[in-house]
Amino acid sequence: MIALPDRLADPVVIEGLFQVAAATAIAALVIVVSAIRDLGLERELGGSFVRGFVQVIAMGALIGVLFTIPLAYSGVLLAAMVCYAAWESRKRGGGVPNAFRISVVSLALGSAVVIVTMVAAGAIERTVRNLVPVGGMIIANAMKTNSLMLDRFQGEVESNRDEIEAVLALGVPPERAISEFVTESVRASLIPVVDAMRTLGLVYIPGMMAGMILGGANPIYAAEYQFVIMGMIFAAGGLTSMTASHLLGRAAFTDAAQLRRFDATEPTLLAALRATLNR
Amino acid sequence: MTHLRAEELSYEVGDERILDGVSLDVASGETVAIVGPSGAGKSSLLRLLNRLDEPTGGTVYLDGTDYRTIPPERLRKRVGLVPQNPALREGTVRENVTIGPRLRGETVSEVRLTELLTAVDLAGYADREASDLSGGEAQRVAIARTVVNDPEVILLDEPTASLDSAAEAEIERLLSDLLASGDRTAILVTHDDRQAERLADRVARMRDGRIVEVGTPREVIT
Repeated sequence: MIALPDRLADPVVIEGLFQVAAATAIAALVIVVSAIRDLGLERELGGSFVRGFVQVIAMGALIGVLFTIPLAYSGVLLAAMVCYAAWESRKRGGGVPNAFRISVVSLALGSAVVIVTMVAAGAIERTVRNLVPVGGMIIANAMKTNSLMLDRFQGEVESNRDEIEAVLALGVPPERAISEFVTESVRASLIPVVDAMRTLGLVYIPGMMAGMILGGANPIYAAEYQFVIMGMIFAAGGLTSMTASHLLGRAAFTDAAQLRRFDATEPTLLAALRATLNR
Repeated sequence: MTHLRAEELSYEVGDERILDGVSLDVASGETVAIVGPSGAGKSSLLRLLNRLDEPTGGTVYLDGTDYRTIPPERLRKRVGLVPQNPALREGTVRENVTIGPRLRGETVSEVRLTELLTAVDLAGYADREASDLSGGEAQRVAIARTVVNDPEVILLDEPTASLDSAAEAEIERLLSDLLASGDRTAILVTHDDRQAERLADRVARMRDGRIVEVGTPREVIT
């Protein structure tokens, strides 16, 4: 294994910095446009961009080390990824009750079913260098679906609170009173995966497939494998969304079938940890 | 015929005390109007009676039974609320009027639907889109939507608040027909003292989350 400083000084890394600069320049353009149009999204956009860069570089620096860990630890690593993804995703819920817990369960279920099945089918090799990146990709995509689900669910319930309560007040069971809006949230959360599937090969020629073909693989096999990847993303997203919708539909009500108020004041990670420790 | 008794009902959200020990006794078949300025807690009281919100103190008795021991879905069928905002859903008048039974997996006969629509002066409206209705028509659909359950107690939250005087008169006439038979207990929230006088057997006046006066319309409204 090459030492970290040597890796950093690799000419390829230096060259990569120019590419990073180019990507940053266009991303900065988005932020500038946001500022000009007064969208107020600069902090969120800029913050996520910088953060993504730092995180992925750190991961790049660590990944060599990572691949030397025993296979069993990849489970721990994936579990940690699920928790962190859930922590990020829950913010989209804007005060939806139990958003973190629901996200953990939904992401864990959605990605675990897919990862375990595909490992069993041999589509994912039983090695750390396969399990961690492919698992991470599945979790990341499931998180995208989960975030959209939370965001839409929160919006649907808040803007249709009167409609839900008017029907609830008639003695309709809560899951029926809210079902229309839950369905809408599921549908919205699955738009990206469904559209990606629909345009697969026509508009969207995914990077992995292109890479495999350039690397000399049989294009048909590359296409097959790409479909497998898309299938995994599709399944993980779908399972996550279905699980989250079911749990959210229940969490929105009290035991006495009252629609809860969504309190948007969210604790920071530190405050939440402190609260847990104090308990 | 159902007798409703609220006992020391309190409701707080955070530090804010919205209802402060409200007690109210409504006899079987009686119509009680609750009047008072906005922010007095009138609508909050109705929400507690339908148990859309949970009282932070006190409880309600329905024919002597603590309402917390009745499954909420059954309670709300017995004590129906007509909210101030009709909040109709997308779809036809028929779909909106029958939504309660439909979502509980029950059916409403065409005869019953016609009877209900006639009672709220919307005969022939069954297949109209809810989004095409006027404010007064939507309010009448909301009344029919609650009455379809045949509730023992009906809670009416400002049924004419956002209507012009013609639509208001129409709703008042329909309500007095609905409540006059005397077999339905009713609580009517209104900011309009005259309306309370016209429709109610007794009037309770609320201020700052408390009932400050109860009596005949003549005693309370001057």
